[in-house]
Amino acid sequence: MINQVDLMAVVEKHRNNGVVVPTMTGSRGWNAVSNNKDRDIPLGGAMGKASSFALGVALAQPDLKVFVFDGDGSLLMNLGTLVTVAEKAPKNFYHFVLENGVYAVTGGQPIPGVDKLSFAGMAKEAGYAAAYEFDDLEDFASRADEVLEAEGPVFICFKTTPEIQNEPIGLRPASGVKPTRVAIKDLMADLGV
Amino acid sequence: MAQQALLSPEAVIEEFNKNGVTHVVYLPDSETNWMYQLMQADHTLDLIPVSREGESIAIAAGLIAGGKKPVVLIQNTGMLESGDSIRGIAKDCQMPVVMLVGYRGWTRHGPTPDSAARYTEPTLRAWEVPYYLIEHDEDASRITAAFDDAARSSGPVAVLVGDEYHGFNR
Repeated sequence: MINQVDLMAVVEKHRNNGVVVPTMTGSRGWNAVSNNKDRDIPLGGAMGKASSFALGVALAQPDLKVFVFDGDGSLLMNLGTLVTVAEKAPKNFYHFVLENGVYAVTGGQPIPGVDKLSFAGMAKEAGYAAAYEFDDLEDFASRADEVLEAEGPVFICFKTTPEIQNEPIGLRPASGVKPTRVAIKDLMADLGV
Repeated sequence: MAQQALLSPEAVIEEFNKNGVTHVVYLPDSETNWMYQLMQADHTLDLIPVSREGESIAIAAGLIAGGKKPVVLIQNTGMLESGDSIRGIAKDCQMPVVMLVGYRGWTRHGPTPDSAARYTEPTLRAWEVPYYLIEHDEDASRITAAFDDAARSSGPVAVLVGDEYHGFNR
């Protein structure tokens, strides 16, 4: 099993000037490692739609790599996105799924299909150019150059350790993550659009 | 005598071009096939078909964040499905997403039995999404008004396509 922040630190080394779209608990993890927050869009609203938003950015900016950190529960809310992405086939699109098997932000209830489904299998059959699955960080780190230089759309499922939040929402510490609307304005200013 | 369309697809696409639309994010509805054939022939428009309508709002927002000018083209049933994306992305993130919404069930002639039509306008009002209705070519300029409104208000605006290009409400 992979620690999500350790994984994100590896990805950060490869993002260069790419745009990163994390969601749910991934937003907090990415916020801890990102070195270019003007190009981060932590997508808080509309659970499941991070990959759709990222697809729009990727199609608008084909010369920039776009990385999305999806959750397993999030992807289940929007499975059709796999087909939509594969249809447009953006070469600059890298779709990560943090598969921890639970809804972490609501206390760790299991997702439907846990231990039965294969996200990488579904992405491959939907038509992604490549699909990978990793449960060992060293394995991914040793192949990151190859995987993240491959022509997209690339799908990578990481088996991660759940970081379960079980306190009442009002008692949770502030995430420090930028509001999405502010992040979008910052990205547009940075891109000069 | 063959029916003449009251709202022609050509007039709608002319409005898209006038407003510099780059991408059409769409899921077909039952009445708009003419429109898709014309859009496919227009090489200034990049078409993005979606699997479910809620994706369309998020994709359009991403395109705007990347500097493009999309329009969303869906049916009212799909608009109802898109509620969380309209709320959480278009409204909360202040994204000027213009949605052309096929108004299934709409009629000028008495009550409609179609709940999709009955819920459309009350839902838009509840979501605080401004909307325009277009039925004829003379109404097409309301598409430009919708783009202006979306830019001014930094939020989503709907254009309800009342006659779905066929003129069956004459």
